[in-house]
Amino acid sequence: MFARVRTFVIEGVQPRPVFVEVDVRSGLPAFTVVGLADAGVREARERVRAALLNSDFEFPLRRITANLAPAHLRKVGAGFDLALAAGVLAASGQLDPEALDRWAVFGELSLAGELRGCRGVLAVAEGARRARLHGLVVPRSRAREAALVGGVVVAGMEHLREVRDVLAGSRPAPRLPPSRDALATPSEHDLADVHGQEAAVKALALAAAGGHNILLEGPPGTGKTMLARRLPSILPPLTREEALEVTRIHSVAGVAPAGGLVCSRPFRAPHHTISASGMIGGGAGPAPGEATLAHLGVLFLDELSEFSRPALEALRQPLEDGVVTIVRGQRAAHFPTAFQLVGATNPCPCGMAGVEDRCSCAEPDLARHRRRLSGPLVDRLDLLVNVARPAVATISGPSATTSAAVREAVLAARERQLRRLAGTGVGCNARLTPALVRRHARLDARGQHRIERAYDLGGLSARGVLRVLRVARTAADMAGRDRVTDGDVLVALSLRQRFEAAPLAA
Amino acid sequence: MSAGACERCLRRSALIARLAGGIELAERRRRGCAVDLLGLDDDALMRALDAELGPRSPDEHEREPSLRRSANGTAAEPLCRHDSRYPASLTDAPSPPTVLWVVGGIARLRALLAGSAVAVVGARAASAYGLEVARVLGAELASAGVTTISGMAFGIDAAVHAGSLERADTTIAVLAGGPDRPYPKAKQRLHTEIARRGCVVSELPPGTRSWRWAFPARNRIIASLAAMSVVVEAAEGSGALITARHAREIGRDVGGVPGRVTSPLAAGPNALVADGAALVRDAQDVLDAVFGAGMRHAGESPPLAPELAGLLSAVADGCDSLHALLATGREIDATLAGLAELELLGRLRRGPGGRYVAALG
Repeated sequence: MFARVRTFVIEGVQPRPVFVEVDVRSGLPAFTVVGLADAGVREARERVRAALLNSDFEFPLRRITANLAPAHLRKVGAGFDLALAAGVLAASGQLDPEALDRWAVFGELSLAGELRGCRGVLAVAEGARRARLHGLVVPRSRAREAALVGGVVVAGMEHLREVRDVLAGSRPAPRLPPSRDALATPSEHDLADVHGQEAAVKALALAAAGGHNILLEGPPGTGKTMLARRLPSILPPLTREEALEVTRIHSVAGVAPAGGLVCSRPFRAPHHTISASGMIGGGAGPAPGEATLAHLGVLFLDELSEFSRPALEALRQPLEDGVVTIVRGQRAAHFPTAFQLVGATNPCPCGMAGVEDRCSCAEPDLARHRRRLSGPLVDRLDLLVNVARPAVATISGPSATTSAAVREAVLAARERQLRRLAGTGVGCNARLTPALVRRHARLDARGQHRIERAYDLGGLSARGVLRVLRVARTAADMAGRDRVTDGDVLVALSLRQRFEAAPLAA
Repeated sequence: MSAGACERCLRRSALIARLAGGIELAERRRRGCAVDLLGLDDDALMRALDAELGPRSPDEHEREPSLRRSANGTAAEPLCRHDSRYPASLTDAPSPPTVLWVVGGIARLRALLAGSAVAVVGARAASAYGLEVARVLGAELASAGVTTISGMAFGIDAAVHAGSLERADTTIAVLAGGPDRPYPKAKQRLHTEIARRGCVVSELPPGTRSWRWAFPARNRIIASLAAMSVVVEAAEGSGALITARHAREIGRDVGGVPGRVTSPLAAGPNALVADGAALVRDAQDVLDAVFGAGMRHAGESPPLAPELAGLLSAVADGCDSLHALLATGREIDATLAGLAELELLGRLRRGPGGRYVAALG
């Protein structure tokens, strides 16, 4: 007898439909799985056999062949257990094969027949909706996540026995408790905790308002990490579509909390020993990297100069394009990477430059530090702000601002940008193309003179000019101005890093 | 190449290059003896180094191969003390070099030394403030037509050369090794530029490595070529203070740029000033000391708008980071814009760690 079960495999972060075809016929007892299944999927045979027997089903002592189609897709993960088990049930006459037409099943089995949670359930649910299926069976612990998609009946089950009953129609799918996801949850990290860092907060607000990447430079212990941690709290809240996208990615990576929407913008802070594949994704799968986990959120690289050059260089394309393509074998996986980059670094190897006469670095050390920091990636950081030790008086005093207040200004500035850029496909000033910069950041004679002077002094490259103008546009948006003034240009120049042209003496 | 050196002197120069390792050992045993050794005649020098290198045959130096051919391959020209173009000021130095090797041309060296030259030297690990002072001193002296002399080391030395080259071609680098060899290597670009526009000189022939003893020894050349030696920043024991000592011993003017009494880098120049060296705040002080008060004038910079002038003086007073300026109650946008404006006007520069340094010019 023959049966066909629908399930899905995750490629990158996208669901791809897979048919599990099971054929049971007379012959020597055997259970073969074919169709580009990796070792983990082939192990499913043992789990399926034990789970069926321990659930009081019969495991046919005949020749069982399972085929995972289409054959060109690489099948990884434990999510095929349930589909294989359902296929064996249907092909051995313990379940009506027709019952399987309108359902997809996805989940890992324990030897006792319980369903275990597994990664990527939200993506699978999206696949089921796209395939216009009636319902989807998933492990109960992940049912809330699957139900976020809507348009598909989600049956969150705990045991293989119940799965058979639901599929056969002899028992209704259990109801899910309604979710209580609030998209605008206040962050526990608030700028109210920051004292005496007016310049840094100003730069963070500009970064949030224009989507600019930012570098925080300062001695150890001055609060660079604390400031970076608070950038998500002043970014616009996630829309529902964005939240779903983030949840899908985190679910695929296995970092999503069980059941429910990820409501706050991601903040990822990988350690500086991270490899290039850890950063942008990789492995046989391939699995998403930190850049993808930070999608629609913040990627924070502390001790930027300590990261390996390959790891940093790998970020270039994702940073520019908002997507990274990983090719493994014959397949290419696409991962979204629209993150905002925040770097932090000491001003010099000893960390004390800028603190009164306490820097003990020799010039060659400083030059080496500068070299490590210069490069194509750091050139893409639009803003540089120095974080200094706050004065004692300001530590104990009241905080200058709160995240809510800054976020309000940021939202207003973003609103202006969206109105101006409607129909261009560009969402924020940081992504303005040269043509859009020419149209929307036009300068008066005074501003033009400043830019030319900065260019002549050698501190600014042609690309640097473009970046300064984008930041100037954001500064004008923050102030609610339609035109970019020379003052905006000067503010942008002040917050521009100066690693480009080394003077003769350096 | 015009013959700027006689055979005998060239042989002597080659001998010193060959015995450099022995001088190194002697110097290691007794600090400061290198200059004395350089003053000995050939036989005495070899005898003195017997202990280091083992005895030599007495006429060995007579067989020293001529350096004339090896010099042909490089841009360096030899100039011996018997040549009329040999800088007269150099003969004041203790153990004046037998041969001065010149990259950039003997004629140009004569032109650069025709007026009064000023040496500006200081610490390698200088502060951003010190580097700025040195750069501006170099630039303003160059503007006033005064040649600057320094050692092309990291820090102050390189900043002086670079500052001078911003305005004119009037700078001379005195190296410890062969004049064709940029030392430190990282200053290759600066070396090329000085060789192209100014002069690079050394008492050691082309290709010689930079021995440790040669650094304090070359300081006597710096001190004697210059009418005045100015120390910008120097911790105690710095090589720059050796230059100042040589200058004083041969009766040249010495100047010091004062600094904070708490900063170790200011200890050297502060002590010099306390001992009677001229106090140098800017190029004008140097010009007054060298040419007599009021004889020569450094250029003036144009006046600033009042807000900018206030900001600049706040930075000069020590509120030298954005953070410190905001702490005094300034408005952030205006401060950011003002700092950028001053930077564009060349009145401020950024140092490491987000510190601003007021340009003195």
